[in-house]
Amino acid sequence: MEIRSMHFVERVRQRLDDDELQRNLKRTRGRNAASRAAAVAAFPDFDAVRQRATEIRRSVLRDLDVWLERFEAKATERGATVLWARDGEHACELIADIAKRHGVRTVVKSKSMVSEEAGLNAALEAAGVRPVETDLGEYILQINDNEPPSHIIMPVIHKSKEQVSELFARVHGTPPKTDIEALTHEARAVLRPEFLGADMGLSGGNFLIAETGSVAIVTNEGNGRLCTTLPRVHVALTGIEKVIPTLEDLSTLLRILPRSATGQALTNYVSMLTGPKHAGDPDGPEHMYFVLVDGGRADLLGSEFEDMLRCIRCGACMNHCPVYQTVGGHAYGWVYPGPMGSVLTPLYQGLEKAKDLPHAATLCNQCGVVCPVSIPLPELMRRLREKQVECGLRPWSERLALRAWAWVAGRPKLYALASRVGVRYLRWLAGGRDRIQVMGLAPGWTAQRDFPAPAAQTFRELHAARQAAKRQGGAR
Amino acid sequence: MSGTRDDILGRLRRQLGRTDATRAEAQARVEAVLAARQCGPRAPSDALVERFIERARAMLSTVERCPAESEVPAFCARWLAAQSLPLDLVVAPPFAHLDWAGAGLRMRVGAADGDDRVGVTGCFRAIAETGTLMLRSGVDMPPVNSLLPETHIAIVPVARIVADMEAAWADARSEWGNAGGAEGGQGWPRAVNFVSGPSRTADIEQVIVLGAHGPFRVHLLVVG
Repeated sequence: MEIRSMHFVERVRQRLDDDELQRNLKRTRGRNAASRAAAVAAFPDFDAVRQRATEIRRSVLRDLDVWLERFEAKATERGATVLWARDGEHACELIADIAKRHGVRTVVKSKSMVSEEAGLNAALEAAGVRPVETDLGEYILQINDNEPPSHIIMPVIHKSKEQVSELFARVHGTPPKTDIEALTHEARAVLRPEFLGADMGLSGGNFLIAETGSVAIVTNEGNGRLCTTLPRVHVALTGIEKVIPTLEDLSTLLRILPRSATGQALTNYVSMLTGPKHAGDPDGPEHMYFVLVDGGRADLLGSEFEDMLRCIRCGACMNHCPVYQTVGGHAYGWVYPGPMGSVLTPLYQGLEKAKDLPHAATLCNQCGVVCPVSIPLPELMRRLREKQVECGLRPWSERLALRAWAWVAGRPKLYALASRVGVRYLRWLAGGRDRIQVMGLAPGWTAQRDFPAPAAQTFRELHAARQAAKRQGGAR
Repeated sequence: MSGTRDDILGRLRRQLGRTDATRAEAQARVEAVLAARQCGPRAPSDALVERFIERARAMLSTVERCPAESEVPAFCARWLAAQSLPLDLVVAPPFAHLDWAGAGLRMRVGAADGDDRVGVTGCFRAIAETGTLMLRSGVDMPPVNSLLPETHIAIVPVARIVADMEAAWADARSEWGNAGGAEGGQGWPRAVNFVSGPSRTADIEQVIVLGAHGPFRVHLLVVG
C-alpha cells in the first residue's frame, strides 16, 4: 500500500473538519474499550494470562531463527510449501506465481493485514487474477474503489450504514436498505457463489504453530473457514514474527486475543490448518502454501524496537487511543493506525516518511496498559522521537529552539531570569484568570483548549522565600 | 527462492548475534520448550456439563439435553419443526446408523454442498470454558457440514466435554499421535475447527448480525 503518512497533519485537519466522519467515529467511540473492560473483569486471571502471553512471545523472539526453521520443517513434513518473501512486493510475485502455476482465475481472501502491506489486490489484478475480499468490512472497502481499512480488525468502523446502503445499491443494483441485518445478508448472498467458485483461498495467519507446522486463523464471520476449505489452493500470508511454540501456547494466546480485540471470550471460529487435504478427505485444498514476509521485521529483532514484534494485532491500543478515536484510522496514512501503527509505520516504511506519527500521541499510556503482550508503546514512540533528532529529521526551528533552551538551561542564573520573565509574560496573557485562552507566540496550541496560567511565583522564588522565612524564624 | 530464505534467516541470526555456541543453546531451548508444553493459567475443571451449556448459550448456540444417542433423530425433528426449518439433513457418516427416517427426517450421508440447509455433525471434544465445539476434519468428518448449511446441529456426548483447550489438545495428541513427533494413532487432521455459536459480524456500525457467511444457528444436543 502506498504510504501517505507524510501528510499526517493535513489529513488530520481534513478528518476533523469532516462532519460525517466525526459523527461515525462518535457512534462507536469507547464501545470496544467498554467491551474489553467487561471481558477482562469477568476473567479472574487476566493479568496472569497477559504475563504468560508476553513471556511466550518474548521467548519466541529470542530464538526466532530456530523457531522459524522448526516451523518450516514441520509444515513441510505435513505437505505444505513454505516460501519466504523479503518484502510485500516479493510476496505479491510469489503469490502471482502460485496462481499461475495452478491456473487460478479467482482468489477469495479472508482478512490479512500483510496483504494490505503488500498491496496484493492490485498485484493480483495486474497478473490477471481476480481477488475477492470476503470479510464483510474488507468487501465493502474493495467495492468502494479499493478504499483502505481504517482499523485493523474493524475495517469500516468509519462508515455509517447509510453509506454502506448507498454503496450496495450502486454496486449490486439492489434497492437501498438501511437495515444492517439485510445489508449483511445481501453481502452473504453475493459472496457465497464466489466461495463456491474460487480456485484459491488466501488467508492471513494469526499464529504459526511450530509444534505442528500449522496456521491458526481467528474469525467471526466464517469466511476464514470458507476460504481455507473450499478452493483447491490455500495460501497463508503472514509475517515471520507470528510463530509460537506449542498448542498450549495457542490456548493461552486465544484467551487474550479476542478479549483484547472485541471483548469476546473466544471468536466464533478458530481454525487450525495443517497441510493440504489427506487421501480420502471429502473437502479441503489440494495444495497449501505459506508465504512468510520479512518486510522490515528482521531488522527490528535485537534492536531497541524488538518489543513491537510481540504484537498480535488485536487493535486494543487504537481502541483506547484518544488520538485515534478522534481522527480515525485513515489519517495515519498507511496500513496500521493508532499507537501500534505510529511505531510500525516509521520502522517499516522509513522514519522520514512518517515523521509526525510518533508525535501523534499524548503518551498517556492507555495503549501500554491494555496491550495484551505488554508492549511499551509510549516508550517506543519516545525512542522514535529521539531517533528523529539523531537523524536530523526535526525542523530547523525546533532544533534551534532546543539548542537555545539547552544553552540557557546550562546557565542557572540566566535560566532563573528567563523563567521569571516567562512566568510574568504568561500571567500577563492570562489577565488575572486561571487560564490562557490565546497563547501569544503559539496561538495554534490554544485553538482547541486553554493553557493553564502559571503560579505567581516560580519554584525558585518560592523556595528562596521559604528559606528566607525559615532563617528569620531560626533567628527569632 | 532459497536465497531469500537464507538471507532472512541470516539476517535474523546477525541481529541476534548468533555464534555456533549460542545457536546450539537456542536449539536446546527450543527442544526444551516443545518437550515441556508449559500451560498458562487454565480454566476451572468442575461442573463441566453445566459450564459448557451456560457458555454455549452465552455464545448464542441453542442447547438441549438428550438422554441417549438413539433419541437424537427425534430431538432433531422436534426442534427443526418448532423452528419451521426444513426436515432434510446432510449427516456426517458416523451418525448414518441412527433411525432418521423413523423420526420423519429425510437425510443424506456425506459432505454438504451449497444446497444443503441443515448439517449434522458430532464433535471431537467440547470445551466447557467457552462453550466451544472442537471439530476435526477427516474422511468421515467433512468440515463443510458445519459451515455451508444455514443450520448446524452438533451431537455432543457428555463424555466429550472437557475443561479447556489444553485438555482437548492432550486428548488429541493421544488419539491422533504426537503432532510434534512420529505419527501414531489416526494421524493429525488437516483442519481442527473450534466453533462457538453461529457465524456473526459486527462490521457495520458494530451491530451484531448472525449468519455472516456460515450458519445462522447452531443447535447442540448434549447427549447422556
